[in-house]
Amino acid sequence: MDIHEYQAKEILAEYGVKIAGGGLAYNPEEAVQRAREIDGNTFVVKAQIHSGARGKAGGIKVCKNHDEVKVAAEELLDKKLITHQTGPAGKICSRVYIETETTFTKEFYLCFLIDRSSECVVMIGSAQGGMEIEQLAKTNPKAIKKVYIEPAVGLQDFQAREMAFLFGLEGPQLIHAIKTIKGCYRALRDLDANMLEINPLVIANNGDLIALDAKMSFDENALFRHHRIAELRDKTQVDPRETGASEHGLSYVGLDGDIGCIINGAGLAMATMDMIKLAGGEPANFLDVGGGASAERTERAFRLVLADKNVKVILVNIFAGINRCDWIAEGVVHAVKNIDMKIPLVVRLSGTNAELGRQIINESGLPIITANTLAEAAEKAVYARNQVIEQKPRGL
Amino acid sequence: MAILINEQTRIIVQGFTGKIGTFHAQEMLNYGSNIVGGVTPGKGGQQHLNLPIFNTVKEAVQVTGAEASIIFVPPAFAADSIMEAADAGIKYCVAITDGIPTQDMMTVKNFLRCFHKNERMLLTGPNCAGTISPGRAMLGIMPGHIYLQGNVGIIGRSGTLGYEAADQMKILNIGISTSVGIGGDPIIGSSHRDILERFESDPETKVILMIGEIGGSQEVEAGIFFKNHSSKPLVAYIAGLTAPEGRRMGHAGAIISSASESAAEKIAALKDLGVTICQNPAAMGRTVGEALIKCG
Repeated sequence: MDIHEYQAKEILAEYGVKIAGGGLAYNPEEAVQRAREIDGNTFVVKAQIHSGARGKAGGIKVCKNHDEVKVAAEELLDKKLITHQTGPAGKICSRVYIETETTFTKEFYLCFLIDRSSECVVMIGSAQGGMEIEQLAKTNPKAIKKVYIEPAVGLQDFQAREMAFLFGLEGPQLIHAIKTIKGCYRALRDLDANMLEINPLVIANNGDLIALDAKMSFDENALFRHHRIAELRDKTQVDPRETGASEHGLSYVGLDGDIGCIINGAGLAMATMDMIKLAGGEPANFLDVGGGASAERTERAFRLVLADKNVKVILVNIFAGINRCDWIAEGVVHAVKNIDMKIPLVVRLSGTNAELGRQIINESGLPIITANTLAEAAEKAVYARNQVIEQKPRGL
Repeated sequence: MAILINEQTRIIVQGFTGKIGTFHAQEMLNYGSNIVGGVTPGKGGQQHLNLPIFNTVKEAVQVTGAEASIIFVPPAFAADSIMEAADAGIKYCVAITDGIPTQDMMTVKNFLRCFHKNERMLLTGPNCAGTISPGRAMLGIMPGHIYLQGNVGIIGRSGTLGYEAADQMKILNIGISTSVGIGGDPIIGSSHRDILERFESDPETKVILMIGEIGGSQEVEAGIFFKNHSSKPLVAYIAGLTAPEGRRMGHAGAIISSASESAAEKIAALKDLGVTICQNPAAMGRTVGEALIKCG
């Protein structure tokens, strides 16, 4: 789960990381009020969306006075911001963060994340901050330092020093950098974050070490023990279909194609989508209905997939292990009758009680296309989709 | 032979008396698995499914001589149960639980590394369907009847996709020595490579099918092991050609965070390493069949 910059900064401040004075606003008047409350003569108005590269997309505006703050907030609020990380759909900006402008002499990159292959936290840093780390990894990989942290003993002072020296710091700044680095590590471990990134971490003109931007992402599986973090979830930043799905135990990812998919198991879902592509079609979504797909959950899955108006045909592919195909078949028949579905439906049932399941589908009298294998299911779905497309012009 | 489990393996169930633990313990018993008891803290001394319940894994091991364990404990407590099994001297543990926090798994792996390699418990999962040596023993939640006994080893991150592979093979009358679900989480007990190494030393296994997916780098690591150390044909299917970057596809571990983690990149790397690629998920059984014929 991602959170906003201002939320990450609030958390980091509690862990001893220095941030610039700032405040949050939901409307232009509030933005001006926040600007009045904080020190300084110039301000930065920052769009709060779950994406990096906001600056390039015009989401960060420097303002010389309170009037400019108002104009900047008006320009950003309730607008969609499109960055290369959000994709073409963009993300809606419903809050802005107003900060006093920090002028600085140097900028660094600092990040902590859970590394899958080493199975520990890795600290990544570079004395060349400000640019995207992916870019730096391509142009100058030697400028990036990685420090692996032993989970049982945690981050040690010498490791923090190593990074601070890479930044070229000394004296009080060195001490402050060590405090910042150790604070970040503690925040990541205490709160079950997967990722924490400060880019850039700067030396301000007055000598302070300040986190100018901050990004944190949390482990969904650990939110049960961090209620305060769980409450930071901003549903406006996520595809509403995905949020709706997860509330009902379904896992959904919307895509650009027109063949809707309802499948049990993440791996089988991905494989079915691949199969659709191989058969010449494009999947409209990833949808895992999970293990115990009840009739109610099956109906929810149908409604969710049908909410995407691009969908021309639905493909159901179930491999029943613990589940039983006859239960699934009853769920499908029930859902189709309840929803009054108008588009073609291809169903493939396999595993426990598959025969019985097919019999229920066949005897339902509904125009459901059945398939026995994965390949047949994908081919029939693509064929049905092409039929729908060809018939369209005549219908108009 | 097979690997990891057979009809003699003495098994305990952790999270024995819960609804899920009870259901699957019964299924495993029906299949013929040698379950000798279970652990539910606080219910020690009672009986469940005509088997003894113990308060601790240590006690269960002392009394029953259990070597393997399967975990159905809820996510918040599962890491603790895995470490308890390792500490009690369990040799092989399957963690079924889905949703264990990543940092808990980091702790578990760190704890396991404290043991000398010869005394370290082997863990597969979490978030997996378990392990089955068809006709011998089932330590998992899979439908046992779709697996024929034979000479193909299966390693897979996904449950139902593993079923799909077994089913395709059954239709072609191809049997399986052992099928191991390694799980869909970012940090797991054993990787594709770890299990591939086990299959390499199993005389019964002639061909290995690796069912991978987007995210992480473990399929390629297994490919490197295959190139350098393996004498047996390796067939691989990688799911997720259509998966977009940066989005979690169901499994917590199925997310493309860098270009090398995409299906296309993994397939290209595996091809270079001499792995037989199965591009089409409907052709897993057929491709394995061809590999079997080639090696006689």
